[in-house]
Amino acid sequence: MKQIIILAWRNLWRNRRRTMITLASVFMAVILAIAIRSLQKGVYASMISNAVRFSTGYIQVHAKGYWDDQNINNSFEYDPSLSAVFQKNKDISLYVPRLESFALASSGPHTKGVAVTGIDPEKEDEMNGLAKKIIEGDYFNSQPQQGILIGDGLAEYLQLHLGDTLVLLGQGYHGATAAGQFPIQGIFHYPLDQMNNTMVFLSLPDAQLLFGAENSLTSISLMLQNENAISSAKEFIEKHVDSTYEVMEWPAMNKTLVQEIQGDNAGGIIMLGILYLVVAFGVFGTILMMTMERKKEFAAMIAVGMRRFKLTFMVIFETIFIGLIGIVSGTLIILPILIYFHRHPVALTGAAAETYQQFGIEPVMPASLDPSIFLYQGITVLCIAILSAFYPLWYINRIPVAGTLKQ
Amino acid sequence: MPVIEVKQLKKTYNETMVPVHALNGVDLTFEKGEFTAIVGPSGCGKTTLLNMMGGLDRPTSGIVTIENDDITNMKAGELVDFRLNNIGFIFQSYNLIPVLTVKENIEFIMELQHRNRKEMEDRVRYLLEVMGLSDKINVRPRYLSGGQQQRVAVARALASKPKFILADEPTANLDSKSTDILLDLMAELNQKENVTFVFSTHDQRVMDKARRIITLEDGKVISDIKQVKSNEARHS
Ligand SMILES: Nc1ncnc2c1ncn2[C@@H]1O[C@H](COP(=O)(O)OP(=O)(O)OP(=O)(O)O)[C@@H](O)[C@H]1O
Ligand SMILES: [Mg+2]
Repeated sequence: MKQIIILAWRNLWRNRRRTMITLASVFMAVILAIAIRSLQKGVYASMISNAVRFSTGYIQVHAKGYWDDQNINNSFEYDPSLSAVFQKNKDISLYVPRLESFALASSGPHTKGVAVTGIDPEKEDEMNGLAKKIIEGDYFNSQPQQGILIGDGLAEYLQLHLGDTLVLLGQGYHGATAAGQFPIQGIFHYPLDQMNNTMVFLSLPDAQLLFGAENSLTSISLMLQNENAISSAKEFIEKHVDSTYEVMEWPAMNKTLVQEIQGDNAGGIIMLGILYLVVAFGVFGTILMMTMERKKEFAAMIAVGMRRFKLTFMVIFETIFIGLIGIVSGTLIILPILIYFHRHPVALTGAAAETYQQFGIEPVMPASLDPSIFLYQGITVLCIAILSAFYPLWYINRIPVAGTLKQ
Repeated sequence: MPVIEVKQLKKTYNETMVPVHALNGVDLTFEKGEFTAIVGPSGCGKTTLLNMMGGLDRPTSGIVTIENDDITNMKAGELVDFRLNNIGFIFQSYNLIPVLTVKENIEFIMELQHRNRKEMEDRVRYLLEVMGLSDKINVRPRYLSGGQQQRVAVARALASKPKFILADEPTANLDSKSTDILLDLMAELNQKENVTFVFSTHDQRVMDKARRIITLEDGKVISDIKQVKSNEARHS
């Protein structure tokens, strides 16, 4: 075996230039493929993380019927035994209660429909770092009487400043009128314009009071220690709460996002497929030539007593060497670059940024360092290498020894 | 017991529209220690005969027996192993492995036989000494002259300790000086170590060194002459 590996390695360098060109094509393909996949997966992860942290959580518990009809009348009365259930499962790291509804926000002549969310300040901040997004004024504190937090987009639209009063008008629980006025305590800025323009936050008691829904919640969102524990945590909760509750996983609650990712992902994979097809032909061509031009050498080796299967191993090693060198060198070059862009995501500007905003995606492109990206590219290249050897192997097994030696 | 026995050997090539009867019923026996030339006009079937005797191709009919082993009915893989352990080959165009050094080319055969390292190294050193190539041990073939490459090929053929060596026109690509050196080395191995050689040739000077000359014509043996110690007689 050692002998075969030595032969394969040296054969690779017989036509140095051709091997280098082939290696370069594998190398470029590996770099491109890994970079594309890393950015795609990075963007997906950031989209998912946004959706999970700012809205649904990995798992959400709400009253049965709420998801299809997101209405304050479908809220549920908070029962402390729920938190006991969450605390019992060690995969659940955080549970975040919310009361969400809609209202008209007005100030002087200006009016706008807004999404009102009553939050537990500490838990909400732990979930999505809301406190850090405050650019003017203060985040909620532990005082019972709190003001309201609004986005800078809404503040601009309603021409409101810190300390001004915002009037909220809407429908409360079971048809009650919901009306209140709140001093603007803080103005936040999110990377997503949509949130800046339409979201306002109240403390949970203030929101419950406003909507006449004392002690009620519309949802409890759960964060997990470990993303792989989603189904098991869901099962656990379902087993321990009664059937008036519904427990949902994030993909079911973010169907458009999931579809968007799947579509984009499929597009990316097709692109990689085309890229690799081109590379595969290059590798195949090289291996084929390397085999054809050594026909007589092979015939002589078989004549003096080398079994054909050993020659086929030699050719397989030759292609595997090409694949491995391409994978290893490509990965070594691209990895530090990706690590950099993982830590410092590319911030998009201009038209690209606007497109992202329109789709409700934060306009950054973080690089993902998910090991599966590297693993899949590696496996793909090795498969290409081995597949490229098939025809040469078939060819070797049919070399007529006597006839070939005569030429 | 003869080393090689060829009985009623026929080979017909059907690759073209007209069948070519390259061998037309050849009967021959070769004894241990022979130094035999197969001669005849171009196309008379010399290469075909050597290929059948070496198990490189299958006869249309007839039998080739090597010390009791009928090689005409062996399975392909078995036949490769049989060649490895029993037959040495020397080719007209040397056919050394270009990416291996002289030493590695000779070891190549012995590694296929799973010999141990010490044995391989001793044998390489001994064979290169006999061939007068000790200073080329770590050189790759392309840095050697044709004559030197063919001497390495002889060393490679001997490395496996075969029962006999087949050489199809081993000197056809060599100049007369290299031809003399190679032939003298082969004759010396034949006399001192009783190595059996069967080779084909067109070259009169090569024929003169042979101790037995088999002449073929149209795939048939037309003469088989033993010139006992003809070499020595001429030289003394
Ligand atoms: N693979 C083949 N297909 C068809 N015909 C062949 C094949 N090999 C040899 N022949 C024919 O068989 C006959 C014998 O060929 P062979 O090569 O054995 O002759 P040779 O004595 O070695 O000739 P030379 O001295 O030119 O090497 C020739 O007529 C040749 O054309
Ligand atoms: Mg011939």
